[in-house]
Amino acid sequence: MSDTKVLEAVERYIRGEMNPDERLHFENLRKTNSEIDQLVVEHTLFLQQMNRFGEWKKFRSTLHDVHTDLAEQGKINSAKLAGKAKVVYLWKRYKRVAAIAASIAGITTLTISALVWSITPQTPAGEIEKLKGEIYSIKNKTNQTDKELNKVKNSITKSDNTIIYKTGGTGFIIDAKGYLVTNAHVVEGARNIAIQNSKGEYVAKVVFIDAVKDIAILKIEDESFKPYSSVPYAISRSAGKLAEPIFTLGYPRNEIVYGQGYLSAKTGFNGDTLSCQLELAANRGNSGSPILNRKGEVIGILNGRQRNTEGFAFAIQGKYIYKVLDDLKKDTSYQKVKITSKSSIGGLDFQQQVEKVEDYIFMVKVN
Amino acid sequence: MKPENNEKALLQGLAVNDKKAVETIYRENYNMIQALIINNNGSADDAKDIFQEAMIVLYEKVRSGTFELNCLIKTYVYSVSKRLWLKRLQQLNRYSPPIEDPEASVQVDDEIEEHEKRDAEFEMMNKAIGSLGEPCKSLLEAYYLQKQNMQVIAANFGYTNADNAKNQKYKCLMRLKKIFFAHYKNGNGDE
Repeated sequence: MSDTKVLEAVERYIRGEMNPDERLHFENLRKTNSEIDQLVVEHTLFLQQMNRFGEWKKFRSTLHDVHTDLAEQGKINSAKLAGKAKVVYLWKRYKRVAAIAASIAGITTLTISALVWSITPQTPAGEIEKLKGEIYSIKNKTNQTDKELNKVKNSITKSDNTIIYKTGGTGFIIDAKGYLVTNAHVVEGARNIAIQNSKGEYVAKVVFIDAVKDIAILKIEDESFKPYSSVPYAISRSAGKLAEPIFTLGYPRNEIVYGQGYLSAKTGFNGDTLSCQLELAANRGNSGSPILNRKGEVIGILNGRQRNTEGFAFAIQGKYIYKVLDDLKKDTSYQKVKITSKSSIGGLDFQQQVEKVEDYIFMVKVN
Repeated sequence: MKPENNEKALLQGLAVNDKKAVETIYRENYNMIQALIINNNGSADDAKDIFQEAMIVLYEKVRSGTFELNCLIKTYVYSVSKRLWLKRLQQLNRYSPPIEDPEASVQVDDEIEEHEKRDAEFEMMNKAIGSLGEPCKSLLEAYYLQKQNMQVIAANFGYTNADNAKNQKYKCLMRLKKIFFAHYKNGNGDE
């Protein structure tokens, strides 16, 4: 008998699947052959352990499901500590530390201000005036230089009518009035920006740039652009879930390209908490592509991949779009920019979602 | 139904991994444990971990055949969670405040010790199976955990016949058993 057959027989014996004749025969064999007897003992132990392991695994997954279900139905206090509870929790946890820190800070401040006050010599008033004057004159000079620079700039843009663009990356609409999001590094140092998809080509300009978060907001400034009626996807404020299936649409070449994968880590390169890691093939030009989940929410903006590795990429988490937008809104002329908070394509499969969103994704070209 | 009957029914359900029973116990006890953990230097995630571990301890207890707890499920879960949490705090070297008891506690140290031993064994098995790689991992899981029969497995995994699948399974099994018994003997030798 071959090893496989022996093992099969042993397993059937342990499970009691043998008929009486077979069983008798096998038991005789067991008595005469100590190797087989040893194997039966060993395998019984192994199978027992396997069975218990299987049950343990199943029970753990039941617990996990139950937790998720109950939390979703609100029957238990959800794992996410919202608002007040979180503050209370943090306060409880750190009150000792906070008290010590506060008292040290207080003492230091008092000492330093006393020191500074005692050391500082009295400054004659005239000198201050003079310094002020100098600052004003410098300011005026800078203003003049700015003006001249602008003049030069305008004359350049006016003189050459055909602008040669290089492809930069991808951007997507966040406000139906014509605001887009892309990566800061895509539009960095750009003089002219145009965006293009199957709907048309428009001129756009950067209205806000945050190099640290690597997010830039563009506005379409083109007479031929007709605002959309609404944006189909929402921007998610929460970080995605591990293993959550995701897809992206972008312009690594002159054609829109679809990519699909899943969220593989909640942080990005070297534990960067700004971003998250995706199992997804990304190419140059995919920068700025939206990452959408099954609920039709943008959970991130694709912004890079590690050098020399393929198959995974990093994305800036969607909540930072809100942060950047808050910064943008400090400028009063952009206070009406609004993000859709409810997705209208949740529950559709990826293919249907793609059909609904592809018109809202543009190639960003810069020169 | 009388309360004690009700409790017994829940435990019987728990023993066979009945989702309804698990859900009921979960719903009735989770918030209490979450409050315990959060009031004692923990987070909501810690609470989830500890509570689920306590549920596993309870599960193992009823699996061993006794449905007699000698106390309410609530008391038992609370005692186990408290013990587990204090242990965890010690391991993390985190400040552990003395926990005042709003609930009565029972002795559960033995059960926790046994649970930790078993947990380590299962974790080892989990790791061992994971380290086999594909297709071994899925093949063994399908046969030994999901108890699918060999014909079905052969079809699902794209083997031309059940014998090929059996041969592959045999090779995988030998590798797993080697790891398993190496650990098993080491584990017993230490004691």
